[in-house]
Amino acid sequence: MTKAMRSPGEAHHEYREIRGFASFDDPDALSYVDSDGRPNFALIQQTDEFRVLRRRLTTFIFPMTALFLASYLTFVLLSAYAKDFVSTKVIGVINLGILLGLGQFVTSIIITLGYARYAKRRLDPQRKLLAEMTGVEE
Amino acid sequence: MPTTGNPVLNLSVFAVFVLITLYIVYRFSSRNVTASDYYAAGSSFTGAQNGVALSGDFLSAASFLGISGGIAAHGYDGFLYSVGWVVAWLVGLLLIAEGLRNTGRFTVGDVLAFRMRQRPVRAAAANATLVISFFYMIAQMAGAGGLIALLLNVTSKWGQAVLIAVVGMVMVLYVLLGGMKGTTWVQIIKAVLLLLCVTMMSIFLLGKFGFSLSGIMQQATENNRLGDAVLDPGAKYGFSSTSKLDFVSLALSLVLGIASLPHVLMRFYTVPNASEARRSVVWATWTMVIFYLCTLVIGFGAMALVGTDKIAAAPGGENSAAPLLAFEIGGAVLLGIVSAVAFATILAVVAGLTLAASASFAHDVYANVIKRGNVEPRREIRVARLTAVVVGFLSILGGIAANGQNVAFLVSLALALAASANLSTILYTIFWRRFNTTGTLWSIYGGLGSCLVLIIFSPVMSGAKTSIFPDVDFAWFPLGNPGLVSIPFSFLCGFLATIFSKREPEMDGKAAEMEVRAISGIGART
Repeated sequence: MTKAMRSPGEAHHEYREIRGFASFDDPDALSYVDSDGRPNFALIQQTDEFRVLRRRLTTFIFPMTALFLASYLTFVLLSAYAKDFVSTKVIGVINLGILLGLGQFVTSIIITLGYARYAKRRLDPQRKLLAEMTGVEE
Repeated sequence: MPTTGNPVLNLSVFAVFVLITLYIVYRFSSRNVTASDYYAAGSSFTGAQNGVALSGDFLSAASFLGISGGIAAHGYDGFLYSVGWVVAWLVGLLLIAEGLRNTGRFTVGDVLAFRMRQRPVRAAAANATLVISFFYMIAQMAGAGGLIALLLNVTSKWGQAVLIAVVGMVMVLYVLLGGMKGTTWVQIIKAVLLLLCVTMMSIFLLGKFGFSLSGIMQQATENNRLGDAVLDPGAKYGFSSTSKLDFVSLALSLVLGIASLPHVLMRFYTVPNASEARRSVVWATWTMVIFYLCTLVIGFGAMALVGTDKIAAAPGGENSAAPLLAFEIGGAVLLGIVSAVAFATILAVVAGLTLAASASFAHDVYANVIKRGNVEPRREIRVARLTAVVVGFLSILGGIAANGQNVAFLVSLALALAASANLSTILYTIFWRRFNTTGTLWSIYGGLGSCLVLIIFSPVMSGAKTSIFPDVDFAWFPLGNPGLVSIPFSFLCGFLATIFSKREPEMDGKAAEMEVRAISGIGART
């Protein structure tokens, strides 16, 4: 695998959220892994790096879930309770309801690709950072 | 002569095709998988391979036969299934795939019991897995039986029951004789074949109608009793306020249940890391979107070229729409190929389900609950095989009872069960720190129990002409699909039971470990 090049602006942004590599001098930094090689998860949970990661993840997935559920339920409820509206013919005999249904396909693709992109740019680098800092591999 | 051609010719094309695919599968599985990575294939698959296999798990007989049949029979109302199946992926992608992959090993029980008291939670998770897999298997068995009945043109109920039993036994036998280790490759090969098959059929159909979907639908309305109205909602649902609620309930079960199915959840374990799990879902989304667009074309194509009445009268009922369409446009050869692909589909999904069910019983109940972790691997595998036989036998009986029902509808019951028992529990345990053992048990058993009770007392079981037991009437729950009630109920049970029970003492930092692993993936393989 080739290493992704970070643009200078992005790099600056990333480093702002790191506590800094100076923590190598800190005796605590060595104890992310105990003498048996087991990671100290409670300590990792408290780090800023982990909190940033958690915040980035939840601020994406929960609003997106709300969005696609709302869009899907709109389609379902309109089909069930606004029959005349969704029966409006649009292209030939294809009606608005079928088009709304196909629209769900489009939003699914957009959200999937959007998440893949977001994860690659915002989540994976932070995960890598956390793994390097704590010395705990995946 | 029967309308579906010569049974001998049908069957020989079918048999040749099944044998070729099984040979390919056998070659692949003996080359790639060793005995040691029995449950999760050594987490060795790439995201792309796993993505195709993952869509293979979804593209069951229900998707192919049931949904195209649902569209061919009910038009718009059948189309709901296609939409639900696609959107459901987002639940898996955003909420479940990575967290699950990072915290579990082989089964759903691994994740649910991660930071809880092991024995009761593992037992509960295994019970849920067994019940869900059983319902899902019933649909596959009914689908397989109907398919072979169509090929052989068997119309009597008894003859079809014998066929379901024989086909079911062949499938279980295939799983027992070592087919399970190749499940992932079965899924990959079958998913590719199925996709090719539906894409070709769709392109052909569209071409026949001058690449106009509207043209296909226009002619479809001429071969359906409802005429134009079949393109509007309400052909199956929507005549009364109860049936409208039923439509919404079905929609909810579809979108929340699919990514909660145990054999689909297990599929997230066969990749080496979280980013591969994510890549596999992205791959699966593409195949899924193409496939379900094709079901729309095939469903309306079957209505246009075969006609709804003829489909309803064929052996296997609505489920015969796609095979009948294949015969209409490609004769016995295409019928044989489509049936063989559908059969390989069912075989692969049954193998995956049997694996999920027997793994959860052998790994969670037998090894961890009954034997408390002290068990030789050989005995665990013997128990797994025995479970496969029992689950197979029961689902053959269920398949015979459910013969003739739309398999996509039968699957929607399994989905309601999966969403009720698993979804609430998985989301709580990954994202809610306060969630505890009491809450876990309540949300699993509350969801599973309420859902089962509502299915038993629904019009699906008794009281209507289309029921499994039409001669008796003990139905008091009006909806055919209980998801609208049981899914919120399981969330509520889990929430209240947690709030009103004591905070659990921290178990060796397990809660912190789970959160860090689920979100970051670090330490997931230590």
